[in-house]
Amino acid sequence: MAKSPLASCSLNISGMHCASCAMTIGKVLHHTPGVISADVNYATEKAQIKFDPRQITLAKISQIISGLGYSTKSDDKARQTNILLVKFILSAIFSAISFFGPPPLFQLVLATIVQFWIAWDFYVTTFNSLKHRAANMDTLIVLGTTVAYVYSTAVTFGLVPGDPYFDTSMTIISLIILGKWLEARAKGKTSEAIKRLIQLQPKTARVIRDGQEIDLPISEVVVGDQIRLRPGEKVPVDGKVLSGETSIDESMITGESIPVYKHTGDPVIGGTLNTSGAILMRATQVGSATMLSQIIKLVEQAQASRAPIQKLADVISSYFVPAVLMIAVATFAGWYVATGYLPAMLNSIAVLIIACPCALGLATPTALVVGTGLAAQKGILIKDAENLEIAYKVSHVVFDKTGTLTEGKPIVTDIVGGSKVLQLAASLDANSEHPLAAAIVSAATKAALKLSPVTSFKNLAGRGVEGTISKIKYTLGTPSLFPKVSSDVSRLEKQGKTVVVLATAGKILGTIAIADTLRPSAAEAISQLHRQKISTSLITGDNPTTAAAIAKIAGIDRFFAQVRPEDKAVSVRQLQSEGQTVAMVGDGINDAPALSAANIGIAMATGTDVAIEAAGITLVNKDLRTIAQALKLSRATLRTIKTNLFWAFIYNVVLIPAAAFGLLNPILAAGAMAFSSVSVVGNSLLLKRVRLT
Amino acid sequence: MDKVIVIVSSLGLIGFIYWFFLGKNDKESAMSTDIKITVSGGYSPESVTVPVGKPVKLTLTRTDPTNCLEEFVIPDLKIKKTLPLNTPVTVVVTVTSTGRYVFHCGMNMYHGQITAR
Repeated sequence: MAKSPLASCSLNISGMHCASCAMTIGKVLHHTPGVISADVNYATEKAQIKFDPRQITLAKISQIISGLGYSTKSDDKARQTNILLVKFILSAIFSAISFFGPPPLFQLVLATIVQFWIAWDFYVTTFNSLKHRAANMDTLIVLGTTVAYVYSTAVTFGLVPGDPYFDTSMTIISLIILGKWLEARAKGKTSEAIKRLIQLQPKTARVIRDGQEIDLPISEVVVGDQIRLRPGEKVPVDGKVLSGETSIDESMITGESIPVYKHTGDPVIGGTLNTSGAILMRATQVGSATMLSQIIKLVEQAQASRAPIQKLADVISSYFVPAVLMIAVATFAGWYVATGYLPAMLNSIAVLIIACPCALGLATPTALVVGTGLAAQKGILIKDAENLEIAYKVSHVVFDKTGTLTEGKPIVTDIVGGSKVLQLAASLDANSEHPLAAAIVSAATKAALKLSPVTSFKNLAGRGVEGTISKIKYTLGTPSLFPKVSSDVSRLEKQGKTVVVLATAGKILGTIAIADTLRPSAAEAISQLHRQKISTSLITGDNPTTAAAIAKIAGIDRFFAQVRPEDKAVSVRQLQSEGQTVAMVGDGINDAPALSAANIGIAMATGTDVAIEAAGITLVNKDLRTIAQALKLSRATLRTIKTNLFWAFIYNVVLIPAAAFGLLNPILAAGAMAFSSVSVVGNSLLLKRVRLT
Repeated sequence: MDKVIVIVSSLGLIGFIYWFFLGKNDKESAMSTDIKITVSGGYSPESVTVPVGKPVKLTLTRTDPTNCLEEFVIPDLKIKKTLPLNTPVTVVVTVTSTGRYVFHCGMNMYHGQITAR
């Protein structure tokens, strides 16, 4: 009985994050019936597999590997790029030979190989497209070169007088293939950032189930699972530290370069790297709910969005190829009537070849992919191309104070009147939900003060509280509640602190000052914005004295004081009425209406939820300097889109008429066309060099 | 005489090109939530009808090696997928309002549309 031939293949495997992943895949494949050998290499991310096609198919093998949580791809892409290079070299050699003027019959042999073997894919694509009554660049190339080839063949066999143009048809094909090869290589580089993000996703987790530690594929981890994390391992899913302490490198997600110290209760983000200690964590978000999955989804959505600036290019590219075909026919007719068939043919070929719909099609998407990918690496998530265009125009940035410009953790800094004042104030505030009340209660707890029961408690609508303690009625609130307060109040307010006064029966008992620390990056962030000629303002519920002091410390140009949360949008509209294009920076929760009212909302994500509806840009880290970076990157990306569109239009708007009027040789046209797409993609890649600081 | 023939044939050819590429009518398909699209020289079918508010499974298989068709984009739904050769790729979309949603290749040269009802 004849032995069946074995098949072998090379598969690209992505998602392996250590050598043991490669071993796992190898082991499973070895035990799969039909697989003869499987050599999985972690470093090259490839598997060389020998199998019996009667027992198992390549698709089934891919399915098995995918089932383990890795993704497979046959080496098609790399192979196709290599084939393009080989085709270019061959056609370039043949074209060069034909330039030396060998006998026409010999040229015909070379040209036939180029036309119907090297350029055969162009014919296949054209044929497939015509079945759908559609056309693309390949249609134009096929038409242009076929006309030159058929004419030259007729000349070779003496059917028409003149010289053959085999060198033209062959050179056009080699230049177009060179352009396609360069474009394929460059295009791959544009999407490196998103690929890197996808590769961050861990594949396995060491989960404790029934008291035993087992390695589970990430898809089997559920919320509540306890996970053991050792130094050097990636955090598998979002979670909270249950025990242990460590430093985690979060730079790949947040862009912050310094590892973050984590201990019990701290949140950890899936995909980040545990650098030093061993910890036990509990999974809080898994699957598509993890921060990394949300980021990837947001970036992918942004890259798929359409920029308003692209509209004209979109309209043109949908009619482009038929229009060029019609212009080519008109060129032929015009030149035929004016001179004769030879210039008519050459000029109509030049029209067909110079037209470059690809440059138009690539102008916006490639810049968008590079720009949004680069942004994501810095912890900046741009929602879509439309918001990118708005960010380009921002002239004023408004900062919400609490939790945005400040840490959002107010603490009691000064007590005038002794611990009794704090004890009474804390007893009243224990009934309030105001963030400042929490600071006073926390200070009393720290000082081990015992709180007293309060009766007849009343909330004074954002201005303070009142209540009865041991039959005495107390009022605690903003200084404006009282006709006269001590000089301490203005002294503390001038330091940027929020002051509350405690009084009973018109008598002031004491004053408590609360401050929320400015983020360390605040002043530098504001100064970076000013350097970009962007003005700034602050919105706060504080009184004007405190607001002015904070604005001064941070270097902010102006402030809106005593603004209630629901009125923040009004301040934003006021700025817009002054002609400003406003970006509002907030946490995206309490200030959603203001974020929506602004031309663009910039949210600083709290926790692991990054899909903030009201925000056009979401910042994953807490570094305020990222705002200036986000705006700078948006401007750079839009500038690249504009340059790309300009060149794409110039190529077509200027060079098509030039070709039609006989000012362009078909070979020059092919060269210009081949490099137009490459120049657009190359220009987009230059974005990677933008200095953001 | 030959010049007249060339001019008349050219006008005829221009008219034909216009009719052939720009004068085609989209055939609407029956409403479905599980749609298979073959990607080869364009999209088959080019026009699909889906119900509003229900998840719809679009399975795309690219059999054409041209890299023009490598990317599949539905800009209004912010969907972009890379289509490896001969490998089915499934996209689940839920359209929330009635209307026409254009889809196209990465370079916007091949088009199709989703009609949501």
